[in-house]
Amino acid sequence: MAHHKQLALKDHVRETQIFNQRLIIAAILIASMTLLLLTRMVYLQIINLNHFSLLSENNRVSILPIPPTRGLIYDRNGVLLAQNLPSFTLELVTEHMQDVNETLRQIGKLITLSKEDIKRFNKNRRHKRRFEGIPLRFRLNDGEVARIAVNQYRMPGVNIRATLTRHYPLGALGSHAIGYVGRINVEELRTLDESNYSGTSHIGKTGIERAYEDQLHGHVGMQKVETNAQGKILRVLERTLPTPGKNLYLNLDVKLQAIAENGFGDHTGALVAIDPRDGAVLALASVPTFDPNLFVNGISNRQYSQLRDSTDRPLFNRALRGQYPPGSTIKPFIGLAGLELHEITPTDEINCPGWFSLKNDPRRYRDWKKNGHGKTNLTRAIVESCDVYFYNLSLALGIDNMHNFLATFGLGKRTGIDIEGEKPGLLPSRAWKRRVRQLPWFPGETLITGIGQGFMLTTPLQLASITATLSRHGQRMQPHMLYAIETPDNSRIDIIPPATINPPTQASEANWNTIIQAMKKVVHSRHGTARRISHHLSYTIAGKTGTAQVFGIKQDEEYVEKDVSKKLRDHALFIGFAPVEDPKIAIAVIVENGGSGGAVAAPIARKVMDQYLLKKGP
Amino acid sequence: MDFSTPLLHDAPTRRNRFIYLRIDWPLLIALLLLASMGLFILYSASGQNMAVVQAQGLRILLAFFIMLLLAQIAPYGIQFWSPWLYGLGLLLLLAVLIMGEIGKGAQRWLDLGLVTFQPSEIMKLAVPMMIAWYFAEAPLPANRKRLVIAGVLLIIPTLLVAKQPDLGTSLLIASSGIFVLLLAGLSLRFISVFLFFILASTPLAWNYLLHDYQRQRVLTFINPENDPLGAGYHIIQSTIAIGSGGIYGKGWLNGTQSHLDFLPERSTDFIFAVFSEEFGFIGVLILLSLYSFIIARGLIIASQAQHTYGRLLAGSITLTFFVYVFVNIGMVSGILPVVGVPLPLVSYGGTSIVTLLAGFGILMSIHTHRKLMPT
Repeated sequence: MAHHKQLALKDHVRETQIFNQRLIIAAILIASMTLLLLTRMVYLQIINLNHFSLLSENNRVSILPIPPTRGLIYDRNGVLLAQNLPSFTLELVTEHMQDVNETLRQIGKLITLSKEDIKRFNKNRRHKRRFEGIPLRFRLNDGEVARIAVNQYRMPGVNIRATLTRHYPLGALGSHAIGYVGRINVEELRTLDESNYSGTSHIGKTGIERAYEDQLHGHVGMQKVETNAQGKILRVLERTLPTPGKNLYLNLDVKLQAIAENGFGDHTGALVAIDPRDGAVLALASVPTFDPNLFVNGISNRQYSQLRDSTDRPLFNRALRGQYPPGSTIKPFIGLAGLELHEITPTDEINCPGWFSLKNDPRRYRDWKKNGHGKTNLTRAIVESCDVYFYNLSLALGIDNMHNFLATFGLGKRTGIDIEGEKPGLLPSRAWKRRVRQLPWFPGETLITGIGQGFMLTTPLQLASITATLSRHGQRMQPHMLYAIETPDNSRIDIIPPATINPPTQASEANWNTIIQAMKKVVHSRHGTARRISHHLSYTIAGKTGTAQVFGIKQDEEYVEKDVSKKLRDHALFIGFAPVEDPKIAIAVIVENGGSGGAVAAPIARKVMDQYLLKKGP
Repeated sequence: MDFSTPLLHDAPTRRNRFIYLRIDWPLLIALLLLASMGLFILYSASGQNMAVVQAQGLRILLAFFIMLLLAQIAPYGIQFWSPWLYGLGLLLLLAVLIMGEIGKGAQRWLDLGLVTFQPSEIMKLAVPMMIAWYFAEAPLPANRKRLVIAGVLLIIPTLLVAKQPDLGTSLLIASSGIFVLLLAGLSLRFISVFLFFILASTPLAWNYLLHDYQRQRVLTFINPENDPLGAGYHIIQSTIAIGSGGIYGKGWLNGTQSHLDFLPERSTDFIFAVFSEEFGFIGVLILLSLYSFIIARGLIIASQAQHTYGRLLAGSITLTFFVYVFVNIGMVSGILPVVGVPLPLVSYGGTSIVTLLAGFGILMSIHTHRKLMPT
């Protein structure tokens, strides 16, 4: 057998010495390193036991929210306006897949995925929690659910989640009043009660859905679950059931609402109908409307820009936020101010030559009737809507009196309706002009304020509200959308009591009657500007037509409707209530660029009144 | 000095004259205790999966058989075959590397049709064997030329394994070789030069040798809270498991961290966390005592070895065993970065157990083949 070459003599003693010396060093090192490990164990297991026990407990038990079911919304007759439908959402848990893009490609073969879907998915992917499912497609139909389910086994991390999705069965009808829900956005997240919304993905964005979010949402439930690190629930330790949201009954009557919306035809505009006795908002129409279902699961950019950029502005709630000059519809109120402040009596007459001018001012303030109305008293001035009469009256009253009197109806202030977003309109005064425009008040501005032009702005809701106040001889009722709240657990229904606004508008009975009788003649007399709606009328209506200038007409220039492009045509207005003897409904209609109030706006009001008072359904 | 010892079977010494098998009983008993403890923990860590425990039990049986087989071979036989084993291991590592190049991807395994195995495991033993063999040829302390050659013998397989990439194994291979160098009496000057070289090459290694995930591991080790749900997850979860065990532990099969899937790699590299969670500080003390006993026994065997090759190899095997223990427990308890080093004889996985017990077989062989007459 071969043996080792002996290159040099081995010094065994020295070799052993060195080796043993090194071995001792190694042993000391081993001992100290073992001690280091032990120290670490003492630190972890003894000194920090409580800390780690807590972490371990938190690791094991997690609290999962159970979102409450959102309350339903009904109209005053129990017609369902907003409900929750089961819907299937396709969710991806990216932690469970090897190649997300490959999975997306596979899914794309099974169901249609739009570019928008993938874009939204990739956007949401960037900020999500570990093992959180990211929605890829909403509202899968049965076929799609089946195709995914069959292939699910080869696509780990692809889940179908059954959720409840808000649905508005009537679609676009009343969408401005009901509003819609949408995904909670970053700003909303900041102001929300985080724990109550921990399981909720949607929140009321507009209309009733937003205003009564607190009632509709309910209270979140919790389940304490034991999970593994994948977030998979192993078992439920404890469960607190959620309190479902409350069901709402609105004062709205969808039949009225439908008639109101359809009444506009191709026009845009708004109609508000109020029951003067309790302030119940019977119809709140803003035309055009939109389908709120589009917004529930995130509207596509294309659809949204279509809605946003449409010149008809369907997303704009005209009933609450549209601020229009009231035009001649303000005249009954100015007339009442004149009577109440003793500037005129019902029998006082003026001569109307068709124009009016101030002293030392060559400018002519024109009447809508070129040749004038001749001898005109208050009633005739309202019935025929004589501008010159009100120029005279305004001059006599002065802007301060006009402002103060109209303010007692609530003009220039939000009505306080229970939907958000209402605009206050504008009731001009000297103080306002000095503050905002840094200019003094000019007498000419008083004149045009008297016929509802100039600075004055009102919303359709305000007009309906002051009409209701007028019909009730000054009793002001708070306009209110909500009729009752139902608690689903015990089916208890709480009816919202009507609220009066104090103080009521003060005027003598005689003066109220004078104005109301004049307004009745607007509809029921031969010369009334709204006489055409009295045809086959089985009840009485008191009303007032109006036109609001969209653009200024130069001195002595004729306004010829057909010469003006549609967008610049005057707005047509009508306010009215019925029956005159026992008012049950007060309406304000504005038809944008509709032209004549009597011809375009008043007929819509008549249809709504017919439905409400005669139950003459469509 | 007697170099004419037969290659395979030496005559039984008087000490174990009546025992046919050459066995170091203290070592065997300690190893058996450790292995059975490992099976108990594995049963818990695997989610009470008896099939896993059975498979591991079979591997342990095989490994003990190999250990006892090696114990019967005289150290000179092992010494004789050392360069051949080293050469074979190197060839296999190159084969893996080439196949990896062809297969475009990381490759550690060699598929031999019937069985697949990791050539790097061979090197864990072949490298210290080779260097011990090389040093045994000439008187110690070795001269500079021989040290350089020994260094090359060490670095080539280390780099090949590190390139696979298998940082844990290459670390073990490197340390097993370095231990031989140190025990052989590497001068302090050399050690300092070597340390300087290591430090100087750190940036190079960082940039060229380490893979992204390895760099990430080191960065994560420095600050695990930086990325609590990503790479730091393992460390955080395992320290929670250990810490929540307390003094007495949560009891066998009662570890919540491990049973609820919070613990990664819980039956392999992170099994120590399961153990500490269920058996607490007391259990850790027992486990460390067992390891300490085995290491102490190994050091005694090394110090009592009669020949250069035997003592160098026995010392290296024992110290490397400690490196396993220290690196694994260190990484699981969060004082070392995560490198893939198993907890010896406890972690699930066959190859490392075979290598480890083969090493102890060599230890036993060295110890049981001593001559009674001191040289």
